[in-house]
Amino acid sequence: MRALAALRELGLDGRLLTAPAELAAFGSDALTAFHERPAAVVLAQRAEEVVEVVRACHRARVPFVARGSGTSLSGGSLPVAGGVVIALNRMNRVLSVDPETCTAVVEPGAINLHVSAAARQHGLAYAPDPSSQSVCTIGGNLAFNSGGAHCLRHGMTANHVLGIRAVLPDGELVELGGASREPVGPDLTGMFCGSEGLFGIALEVTLRLVPIAEATHTALASYDSLELAGAAVARIVAAGMLPVAMEIMDALAIEAAEASVRPGYPPAAALLIVELEGERDVVAADAARLRALLDASGAGAVRTTVDPDERALIWKGRKSAFSAVGWLAPDYLVQDGVVPRTRLGEALAEIGRMSAAAGIRVANVFHAGDGNLHPLILFDGREPGALERAERLAGEILRMCVRLGGSITGEHGVGVEKRDYLELMFAPADLALMRRVRDTVDPAGIANRGKVFAPERAA
Amino acid sequence: MSVVAIDSPAALSEAVRAHPRVLPVGGGTKPALSVPPDGTDVVALDVSGLRGIVEYDPAELTLTARAGTPIAELDEALAAHGQGLPFDPPLAAAGATLGGVVAAGTSGSGAFHHGTVRDFVVGVRFVDGTGALVAAGGRVVKNAAGFDLPKLLVGSRGRLGVLAEVTLKVFPRSEASATVAFELGAIEAALAAVARLARGSLELDALDLEPPGRVLVRLAGDADSLPPRAARLAAALDVPGVTLERDAAAARWREVAELSWLPAGARAVRVATTARAVPALQAALDGAGAAVRYGNAANVAWIAWPQEQPLARLDETLGTLGLTGTALTGPPHARVLGARRGGAFAARLRAALDPDNRFPED
Repeated sequence: MRALAALRELGLDGRLLTAPAELAAFGSDALTAFHERPAAVVLAQRAEEVVEVVRACHRARVPFVARGSGTSLSGGSLPVAGGVVIALNRMNRVLSVDPETCTAVVEPGAINLHVSAAARQHGLAYAPDPSSQSVCTIGGNLAFNSGGAHCLRHGMTANHVLGIRAVLPDGELVELGGASREPVGPDLTGMFCGSEGLFGIALEVTLRLVPIAEATHTALASYDSLELAGAAVARIVAAGMLPVAMEIMDALAIEAAEASVRPGYPPAAALLIVELEGERDVVAADAARLRALLDASGAGAVRTTVDPDERALIWKGRKSAFSAVGWLAPDYLVQDGVVPRTRLGEALAEIGRMSAAAGIRVANVFHAGDGNLHPLILFDGREPGALERAERLAGEILRMCVRLGGSITGEHGVGVEKRDYLELMFAPADLALMRRVRDTVDPAGIANRGKVFAPERAA
Repeated sequence: MSVVAIDSPAALSEAVRAHPRVLPVGGGTKPALSVPPDGTDVVALDVSGLRGIVEYDPAELTLTARAGTPIAELDEALAAHGQGLPFDPPLAAAGATLGGVVAAGTSGSGAFHHGTVRDFVVGVRFVDGTGALVAAGGRVVKNAAGFDLPKLLVGSRGRLGVLAEVTLKVFPRSEASATVAFELGAIEAALAAVARLARGSLELDALDLEPPGRVLVRLAGDADSLPPRAARLAAALDVPGVTLERDAAAARWREVAELSWLPAGARAVRVATTARAVPALQAALDGAGAAVRYGNAANVAWIAWPQEQPLARLDETLGTLGLTGTALTGPPHARVLGARRGGAFAARLRAALDPDNRFPED
């Protein structure tokens, strides 16, 4: 392969992997049902190296895939067979934190939680908090516009990325945005975020930091049904409150969390977690209002805490829910549909019916405040046809989300997994423009080929 | 100059196809961006007839409206349900429209707490340079499907497409607000105070700086909470503040939002800044005799560029300082001022969205 010969000349030494045993670890990301074998993996150490590799790939027209920690749930960092994987984990430095402008500059392989750790001494934090935040990287968060439980108030990754230095798919270098929160001109930074690697690779990212809240109050309420929990969320919204997070877990998800990290959740058909953040006195007043709303919402038990350790345990249970369902079934598919918040109850009832009709167990954890559902479809991959049945149910759930006026993905991205469903949401003209954008930015079609859109030959 | 009145998305699509060079205009409050330059063949597409709320369910906290809908009309509809647009779109009283605010990328003082217009746009329908009416984003607050064209159109000034419809996130409106002015003397002290408050844990609704040394802070929330919070604010700055009377505060913020503090004849220019960039910019503006206010914790400068000064001078100054701006009022001048970013990425997006160069050069 021509690209491989060019890569050998870059002096990467032991950081150019080509042996099958070495490549195996890069064959999948967190969407383990998909697997491909790349021709080579480059463990990049510097931005210049990434640029050289991209240029070599472009010259040889060999597809490349950037990879951080491989936590994508949509197959975002699934390799292209015979292509190159550019692993960015070694470029993991937080280059600077500037308390004067509340910004941080980081390398793409910087781990999400490490940004907050570096900012803490200044009383600042990086707000977006995907469940995988202890391992996932900023580059991956940026490429997929990752969300998280606290995005209800703080917004998604794109709302916190101010500037990007990137290499385009043909090796051109560009500077997008800057350090200001009030950009001028088309929002190129926002456009690059969430493009799933199709526009190239971010080499350096300027992030917005937020002050650590003075007070945090967490409430945990249990309910006899998902519908009651959903109705409580509607009440809180209707009261004009703006919590930082509102999360619901169903009985199966609670059971899984208890089996794995033992957060001490009360047994219930549904649990609602609501978190308030802000100034001490304001949070205290809001906490009293929230308590009254929860008491009137038919909650069985309401537990509240301002203790950081207790709060951490509550969130540990919630954030480990995806991996915890591994205790309930050998395999699972995570879905990421969105419905209008007012249709949440309807959507959950519908998922319940679909699950029963298909005879497939579905655990539900979701960002109730913004209508982002995460049904976990449980199956046993060793049973013939089980994966296909699970995928069929996943598809039905996505169709329902779109029918109710929502989206096929809230924060995991389209990846390889949902590309066939894009046309449920968008008309041919909408998709034609998106393809034209992609083809103009990357005429050779080598940057993360096969993600978002099916490869051209199949089209 | 020829003008085509647009009253439907289909008519917009047709008008873009029918004319080789077009530029949209809504309320006309930012004429530097929306008036075709004299002597050009650019046809103005008047989208002010493309108006009305398409969908608004207060329980969803989202609103979809046609692009030519005046912000004032949206404000009224939202206020009836205790909601609002917390980024305080500027020039609303003057007639700014939803599409104009998004295309100009302008946000007001409330953006400090809640984010700028880019943080509120979740979906758009627009006509690209080929005349195709396309949709991107959606009507739900969280959506990662497809490229984020809604964000790209924020600040695109009609150079990448013409907005037909926009879906915004909306927020509950605060019950009350209080405005406190602090006099710090010199710009350095005022900037230090702004930076301290911006990274502090007191929740401020707006944090503006009026050179040389005034810091203007707005608190919002329950009426009872405001006096003790104002006291904490003064303690944090270690300077006594003056709480403005309610009417005076409202008048002050109106003046800020409507840019009516600008001296007559001065051009409004909006520049992206940071607290670190302000001292050098301020010195340059002082030298040119230009008044300025800073919003969003010194992340944006609103400059009153004197009529007698050529805009080229500001262009050069901003370029030297590595800053970027746009003129909003005064004679047509759509080109970005100062440092230009985006390079090949910007050029390729433009080629994809406007392959026939129907929209004026950027």
